[in-house]
Amino acid sequence: MDSKLVVSPSPHVHSGESTSRLMFNVVLALMPAFAVSLYYFGLGALIVTLLSVLSCVFFEYLIQKFLLKVTPTISDGSAIVTGLLLAFNVPSNLPWYIVVVGSLFAIGVAKMSFGGLGSNPFNPALAARVFMLISFPVQMTSWPLPIESRLKYVDAITGPTPLAIVKEGLKKGDTVTQIADQIPTHMQLFMGVMGGSLGEIAAFALLIGFVWLLYKKVITWHIPISIIATIFVFTGILWLINPEGNADPIFHLLTGGVMIGAIFMATDYVTSPMHPKGMVIFGIGIGLLTVIIRVWGAYPEGVSFAILIMNAFVPLLNRYVKPKRFGEEVKRNG
Amino acid sequence: MLRTFAKGGVHPPENKLSADKPIEVLPLPAKVSIPISQHIGAPATILVAKGDRVRVGQLIAQSSGFVSANIHSSVSGVVDSIEPLLDSSGYKRPAVTIVVDGDEWEPAIDRSPVLKREISTDAEGIIKKITDAGIVGLGGATFPSHVKLSVPAGKKVEVLIINGVECEPYLTSDHRLMLEKGHEIMVGIQLLMRVLGVDKAMVGIENNKPDAIKHLTDISPEYKGITVHALKVKYPQGGEKQLIKALINREVPSGGLPIDIGAVVHNVGTAYAVYEAVQKNKPLFERVVTVTGKNLAKPSNFMVRIGTPVAELIAAAGGLPEDSAKVVNGGPMMGKAVSDINVPVTKGTSGIIVFPAAESKRKAESVCIRCAKCVTACPMGLEPYLLIRMSQRMMFDRMEGERVLDCMECGSCSFECPANLPLLDYIRLGKAEVNKIIRARKN
Repeated sequence: MDSKLVVSPSPHVHSGESTSRLMFNVVLALMPAFAVSLYYFGLGALIVTLLSVLSCVFFEYLIQKFLLKVTPTISDGSAIVTGLLLAFNVPSNLPWYIVVVGSLFAIGVAKMSFGGLGSNPFNPALAARVFMLISFPVQMTSWPLPIESRLKYVDAITGPTPLAIVKEGLKKGDTVTQIADQIPTHMQLFMGVMGGSLGEIAAFALLIGFVWLLYKKVITWHIPISIIATIFVFTGILWLINPEGNADPIFHLLTGGVMIGAIFMATDYVTSPMHPKGMVIFGIGIGLLTVIIRVWGAYPEGVSFAILIMNAFVPLLNRYVKPKRFGEEVKRNG
Repeated sequence: MLRTFAKGGVHPPENKLSADKPIEVLPLPAKVSIPISQHIGAPATILVAKGDRVRVGQLIAQSSGFVSANIHSSVSGVVDSIEPLLDSSGYKRPAVTIVVDGDEWEPAIDRSPVLKREISTDAEGIIKKITDAGIVGLGGATFPSHVKLSVPAGKKVEVLIINGVECEPYLTSDHRLMLEKGHEIMVGIQLLMRVLGVDKAMVGIENNKPDAIKHLTDISPEYKGITVHALKVKYPQGGEKQLIKALINREVPSGGLPIDIGAVVHNVGTAYAVYEAVQKNKPLFERVVTVTGKNLAKPSNFMVRIGTPVAELIAAAGGLPEDSAKVVNGGPMMGKAVSDINVPVTKGTSGIIVFPAAESKRKAESVCIRCAKCVTACPMGLEPYLLIRMSQRMMFDRMEGERVLDCMECGSCSFECPANLPLLDYIRLGKAEVNKIIRARKN
């Protein structure tokens, strides 16, 4: 062998992990929830999800190729994940043009205008969801009923979400017992038999995804568990104080976007803290804000806003909450 | 639950291809080139001249200070040249080249294979023999051993820790040594204990070497005060600070030394060299080297004379495979890639790894996605993602506060990074610049 030897600094081996593999594992982890969504919402779920993913990838390609004039990096899979998460956060009967506009906002405004992958301060899918919620409040809050609307898209039969039923009921002065027969049982909630955004409904499917992400070491437990624990404890205290004026903690965990938010949205690498201590504070913040918005705010659902607000604190958490350094706690002899 | 260190760490594929290959004595090469700087500290002062006849074990370069080490001839023959030659550091540095002629040893060296257990030397005598024999840390750091054994006034050693971890993938030289020279290592540990005045020594071995753990555990009752501990496999457990944390759950303070918390760490290979120096009068002129690689015909463990060209080891292991593109001196995580396979084996050469072309080049970089895997992997609790940004932006003054000097360059961050960022390269640059700043401040 006369060819020259490669000389490079150590290490000389690599784990083989890559951005696209991580993203692929997130996509896989979202598949159980997607399957449930197809089962409950059928055609609408399929159309909205495909449209959202394709538009996100397409817009990322266009912006990188023609606007920024850089080599497109759509193969890293991050636009696919954004597209999936965006679709999972909207109702399955959302008209196609709103999906496309939302995708453009997610990729164009929330992601690329800040410098693309790795540089965006806010979760693109959630930023787009809030943008759509404010711009199209009616379409964004009409929730198709599960199963009945399987073969329908924009013409799906709609009804309120369990969270909205409880919020309205309590506002009218009804007690939890009076509302109880209008909302699904905990088991039904766990299985996802309720109105809601197309990917957020089935806690069990999202938890399967959580286990997969942990197993593949894509994420750590810190953010999801601290969000879930905080919501459970906070709503639990409110419920113990006044069980007739507050929904029980399990109900809070199984409804709205708690599971998808805690497992998939808050754990977005780019917009979450870099070390465990920061992650736990971040998670507790999201949990507290979610409950405050749900119980005292105008919206029945607060996870999206809570995550976006805490996204804004991430640079501060990274700067001021430092990991414990090795050798920091000094024990000297002699 | 096996013990390990608490923070960070990674688990690269172990690839211990030569684990069941007994140590073979490599045939004498035609000539050796012995660098006079094989250790951390000042290069030794050359005592021989061109044309001189030397014997095996003869002192050819003398330690030139407290932090320096003697160098002995590893062969008998005639000094052919004294000139700067390329070594595995990548630089040309002075080396003594000796053309081999016969195998005539210094008469004082006891060449019998008989185990000599009884210790008749006192602490001072032992440390003198260690100094004379030119022993340095054989785990790869090559810090002169007598320096580590000189306990500063006011410090007390409570425990001697012996590093049999061998956490680097591929390497098996310490593993084989523990299996084949267990008693010698144990006597060496007792000698070290006597020097330090401790009655307790702990040998840490990772659990992927169950045979070595069993062997040393079985013989340990014969040696008072020495215990053997199986550790969970996790890189970089062979790092001094990580091993201390794993075994006695104490943390060496930032910028401090193990002695600050009552511990002294030596490698099993060093313990063996100490045995040979003290009990057999044999200076350090040969060592066990693992020669390995996925495409190598015969991954092996060789007993090699210092100064032997790496090419000879590769030839003995079946020759350089066709598609080889990188040769590393040391482990795959911390070793140095060499530019020429004729560089000599030195005291710090624990292994030679030949990588096929497909594994020789780094993959293309992409952007940081802030996945935090580098932060999770760092055994020192640092933030590599932040350090690389500061280094790239030349914010070196801030890197000191981020404790960049705590980095021991284990490479866990670069290993884990899904974006293939050269994290450690930039951290090294930062360390060098921070050291410059500190030096300037002192002046």
